[in-house]
Amino acid sequence: MNKSSRDVMTFEGGIHPADSGKALSENRPTLTPPLLERYQVLLCENVGKPPKPVVKPGDLVGKYQLLAAAEGFVSANLHAPTSGKVVKIGEVPGPMGIPAPAIEIEADGEDAAAEVFPPLDDWRDTDPKVLIGRIADCGLVGMGGASFPTHVKLSPPPDKPVDTLILNGAECEPFLTADHRLMLEHPRDVITGAQIMAHILGVNRICIGIEINKRDAIESLETLAEGTPVRIVPLKVRYPQGSEKHLIRAIAGREVPSGGLPADAGCVVQNVATAAACSDAVLHGLPLVERIVTVTGEVLCHPGNWKLRIGTPLLEALRLAGGVTDEPGKIIFGGPMMGFAQRSLGVPIAKNTSGILLLTREEALRHRSTSCIRCGRCLQGCPMHLSPCLLATAIENGRWNLAAQNHVMDCIECGACAYVCPAHRPLVQLMRSAKMELRKRK
Amino acid sequence: MMLCAVDPGQVLMAVALMTGAGLLLGAVIGLVARLFRVEGDSRVDLVTELLPGANCGGCGKAGCRDFAKSVVAGENPPGKCPVSTREQASAIALALGVEVGEVVPKKAVVRCSGTLFTSDRVAYYSGILKCSSAMLVGGGPKVCRYGCLGMGDCARKCPFGAIEIVNNLAVVHEELCVGCGSCAAVCPRGVIAIVPAASAVHVYCNSPEKGAEKRKVCRSACLGCGKCVRKDPEKFELTASLARVKYSAPEVPDAAEVEAVGCPTGALTTIGAHYQAIRKGGTEK
Amino acid sequence: MSEEVRSELRLPTGKQLVLSSSPHISTGESVRKIMLKVLVAMLPAAAAGVWFFGLRALWVILFTTLCCVGAEALWCFLAKKPVLPTIRDGSAAVTGVLLALNLPAGVPFYVPLIGAFLAIWLGKQVFGGLGHNPFNPALVARVGLLIAIPAAMTSWPVPRGMDEHYPEVREFRASVDAVTCATPLGVAGQRPKIVARNAAARRNFAALSSGRVLRKYFWGVRGGCIGETCVPALLLGGVILFAFNLINWRVPLCFAGTVALVAGIVNLCCPGVTPPPLFHLLTGGLLLGAIFMATDMVTCPITGTGCVVFAIGCGVITSVIRIWGNYPEGVSFSILFMNALVPLIDRWCTDRPFGYVSKRRKVEVK
Repeated sequence: MNKSSRDVMTFEGGIHPADSGKALSENRPTLTPPLLERYQVLLCENVGKPPKPVVKPGDLVGKYQLLAAAEGFVSANLHAPTSGKVVKIGEVPGPMGIPAPAIEIEADGEDAAAEVFPPLDDWRDTDPKVLIGRIADCGLVGMGGASFPTHVKLSPPPDKPVDTLILNGAECEPFLTADHRLMLEHPRDVITGAQIMAHILGVNRICIGIEINKRDAIESLETLAEGTPVRIVPLKVRYPQGSEKHLIRAIAGREVPSGGLPADAGCVVQNVATAAACSDAVLHGLPLVERIVTVTGEVLCHPGNWKLRIGTPLLEALRLAGGVTDEPGKIIFGGPMMGFAQRSLGVPIAKNTSGILLLTREEALRHRSTSCIRCGRCLQGCPMHLSPCLLATAIENGRWNLAAQNHVMDCIECGACAYVCPAHRPLVQLMRSAKMELRKRK
Repeated sequence: MMLCAVDPGQVLMAVALMTGAGLLLGAVIGLVARLFRVEGDSRVDLVTELLPGANCGGCGKAGCRDFAKSVVAGENPPGKCPVSTREQASAIALALGVEVGEVVPKKAVVRCSGTLFTSDRVAYYSGILKCSSAMLVGGGPKVCRYGCLGMGDCARKCPFGAIEIVNNLAVVHEELCVGCGSCAAVCPRGVIAIVPAASAVHVYCNSPEKGAEKRKVCRSACLGCGKCVRKDPEKFELTASLARVKYSAPEVPDAAEVEAVGCPTGALTTIGAHYQAIRKGGTEK
Repeated sequence: MSEEVRSELRLPTGKQLVLSSSPHISTGESVRKIMLKVLVAMLPAAAAGVWFFGLRALWVILFTTLCCVGAEALWCFLAKKPVLPTIRDGSAAVTGVLLALNLPAGVPFYVPLIGAFLAIWLGKQVFGGLGHNPFNPALVARVGLLIAIPAAMTSWPVPRGMDEHYPEVREFRASVDAVTCATPLGVAGQRPKIVARNAAARRNFAALSSGRVLRKYFWGVRGGCIGETCVPALLLGGVILFAFNLINWRVPLCFAGTVALVAGIVNLCCPGVTPPPLFHLLTGGLLLGAIFMATDMVTCPITGTGCVVFAIGCGVITSVIRIWGNYPEGVSFSILFMNALVPLIDRWCTDRPFGYVSKRRKVEVK
C-alpha cells in the first residue's frame, strides 16, 4: 500500500520548465540564522480580515506572544518571532508592492519564550474542535503561498463531505526547494501533521503528492509512513502540478467544478509545511513564527535554504546568502512563475514566503512583445484548457463579454501560457486585468 | 477572353433581367420600409439634431439620442449636456417649451505634476502600457502611489482628444475639454478632478502623504507647507499635507495671486504655466 | 563564512529592479527562432528542387525570398512601421521560400516579383502584419499568379531523369517544345470530367499509376513546382517540423488521408473517373500543401479538433476539385477556402475547460 506505485498520470496540459534551477539549493541543508536586531511582522498577509493588534508601541513581548488577534472567522492570529520591544505599528513596503501595516519589534537578544500552549500528545483522543481551536490559536495559515487560514480550510461546510486529505509536496515552481528540504529534514513532522489533520477532518484517505524529481524525499517519507494510513503518491514533474485543482485531478481523479472549492470534489489540500507547522502547534504548542525559505539565484554568492522568522527583512536574508555578485535585475518573492517582483528592498518575510529569488539583469529584461502568431503553444500549456491567445486578443480589444464567455474567470494565473509564448505577450497581466474589469462590473 | 461574335439578343436579355430584378427588389424594400415603419416621436429627432452629437456620455446617458429621449420625456433639462453651448441648450429649450436648466460648464484637470524627470519611478517597468493594467503590477511603476502614471488611459478615452501625455504626465487642454467626465471615470488613480470651468489655478498634486515623504519621491509635490492658505484662507484650504483650491468659493484665485503666494515647488500654478513647465520637463524649482 | 567573504559582502542597491507581472522566466523561444526552424525544415525540399530542376530553381528561390523581404521592408517604410524589427522576425523569408517552392522552376523574373508583393502586401500586411492574416500569404500569391499569369505558372521544365518512358512525355513530345512537360495530374485531368466508366480512361489511369511510374513519382522524377516533387524531402521536412513542435500532426495526416480516402472510394466505384489514391498522394502539390501550407501556424486552427475539421475540409475540397473540377490541382484553393473558415472553426471546436461538465456554459455578464 505504501510502496511507490507507478507514476500517476497527471493532468492534461501544463509545461515542463527546462532548467528547474533547483540544483542551486536542493542539496543545501537548512541553516538557522542568528538572531537579528529588528523584525517587521506584516499584519495583513493572510486571506480574509487582517488581525487586530493587541500590543502597542513600548510594550515588551516574549517570543510566541500574541501580537494581533484574528478578526472574525476568516482571519489568523499573529505572534512575535522573538522577545523584545514593540517599536512601532506602521507601514512598511509590502510584498505586493503597496505599503502594508506591520508591527516592528526590536529584539532584546534574549529570545526568551513567552508561555506557549500545552502539548496535546493524546491528539488522537482529542475532540477535533479542540484541535481546530489550537490551530487557530497558533495562527496557522497556508504556507504554500495562499495564506488561507488553516482552521477555516479544515472546517469544510457540512453540506460538502470530504473523504480525502491531500498534502502538497509537489513544489512545482522552479528554483524553490524549501518544501523539499522540509520533507528531508522533518519527515516525522509532516507525517504526524497529516494524521492530525486527517483526524480533524475525519477522513481515512491521506495522500502526499511529491514530484518524482524529489526521489530522496519520497523515500524518506515512505519509510516513515509505513504502518500509517498515509500514502505517498509520486507525481510526474510538470508545472503547475502543485495547484490544488490539479493535485486533486492527479491523485483523486476528480475535477473541482468551475468556481468551486476543493471541498466540492471531496478533498482538502494542504501544503506539507502547513502540516509540519500543525504538528508543532499540536504536539509542542508552538505558534507559527518561522518557516524554511529558499534564498536563491545565480547572482547570489551562497544560495541555500534558511529557517527564517517572520518579519525578517529582505536585506538580512540576502546577507545570509552572502550578498550578491552583481546588481540583480529582479527580486521575486515566491517562485518565478507566480511570484511577485519586488520594487523595494525594505520588504519583510511573511508566513507564506516560500522563496526569495534573484534574477540577473539579462534574465529580467523582457523581450519586446509582438503580436500573437497563433502557434497554439499556450493552449497546449494551459492546465485549465482555455485558449489564452484568443482570450488575450479579446481582452486587448476590450471585449469583456467575449472574455467572460470564454471562461477567463477560470484562469488560475499560473503563467504557463506566458512562459511558452514565443511572442512574449504579457498574458497573465491581461488575464488579471480582465478579471479586475469583470469583478468591477458584477 | 475573345471578342468573337456576341449575340445582341443575349445581351439585351441580360440587361432586361438585371434591370427588372433591381426594380423588383427596390420595390420590395420600399414596401417593407413603409409597412414596418417604426413611429417615433419626431421631437426626439429634432432634439438630436440640435445637440452637438459628440456621444460622449457626459450627461450620463448612452449617447445623444438617448439624452434627447430623456429631455423629451422631461427627465433631464437641456442644460445637462456638458458639451452644448448656452445657445444650443437654449435652442432646445425653446423648441420644446421647457426650462433650460443650469448650464454649469466644467473642465477636467489632472492634479499631478510628477513627470518623468521630477517624480521617481522603478528602474524598468515591463508590461502592458495601460494605467489600469500597470496598477496590477505592484501598484504601478511610479513610486508615488497617488500620482499620474502617464500611460494614457485617459487620453485614449477622451472623446474630444483633449488630453496630451507630455513627459509621462497627462495634461488636459482646457480649450478642448468639455467636462464630460469620461477621463475621471477611467483613471485608476483618481488623479483627475472635474471642476468648474472658471478656475484657472489648481494645486497640481494628489498625494495626502506627509510633505517630507512626498519630497523624497517627487520634486514637484505639494509640501503642505501652507503658504497659500496663510496668504488667503478664503481661496485655499489644507487637508492632510495637501493644499487645494476652494472651487466653491465665490472668487477663484488668478495668476497674480499665484505669483504673490510663491509656491516653493510650483505645485500651485495656473493651467497655462503648468503646461509650459511640463513641456520643459517639470515644475520643480 | 570566512572573514574575507563577510567584509566583501555586497548588498543590492535596488536601483536596477525590473517590475513586471509574473511569470518572470520564459522558454527563450521567439518568433524569429520559430521561423528559422521552419526554414530549416524547408531546406530538404528546396535542395531536392534544385537537384531536379537545376540552378534556375535556386535562382528562383533566392530571388523570391529577396523580393518578399524587400516587399515587407517597403511596406514598413511606407506605413511608418519599424523596418528592421519586422524583417528580422523572419516571416517574410519563410513566405518567400514557401512561395518559391510553389512556382515552376522556369518562371520569368516578373512572376516572383509580382508574387512577392501579392504575398506580403495583399496576403499579410493589409491585415495588420504577422499573426493577423487569415489567408496563407504564399497561397494568396500562388493563386493570384495562377489566375493572372497562367501560362508562366503552368509551364513545367523537364526534371532531371525524365525520359521517354513517361506517359506524359510520350503524350506531348510531338506537339509541344521539349523544354516543358505536363504534370501527371495535368495529364490525368485531360480526360473528360464526366463519370465515364470507359475503358480508355481506365487504361490511361493505369498507365499513369503503374508501380514503376509511381516509384518515379515518389522520388520526384515528374513535372511540377520546385518543391512539390520529391516526396522523401517533403516527408523529412514534415518530421523536422513535428520534432520542433511547429505544426499540428493532425493536419497533414487528415488532409492526405481524406484525399486518399475520397479518391479511393471514387476509384473503387468508378475507376474511369479518377486514378487510384496512391497516385493522388504522390502527385500534385498535395504533400507540399498538407505539410507546409495547410499547417502554417497563423492560418491554421489552434485546437486539435479544429485542425482535424480543417484538414478534412481541405481534403474533401481538394478531391472534389481534382476529380470533378476544372482545375487539375485543388490544394491551393481548398486551403484558402478553409482558411476563411478558421475563425469559425476556432470558435466552435474548443476544448472542454477544466471543471466544466459540458463544453460551454453560458456566462451572463451585466
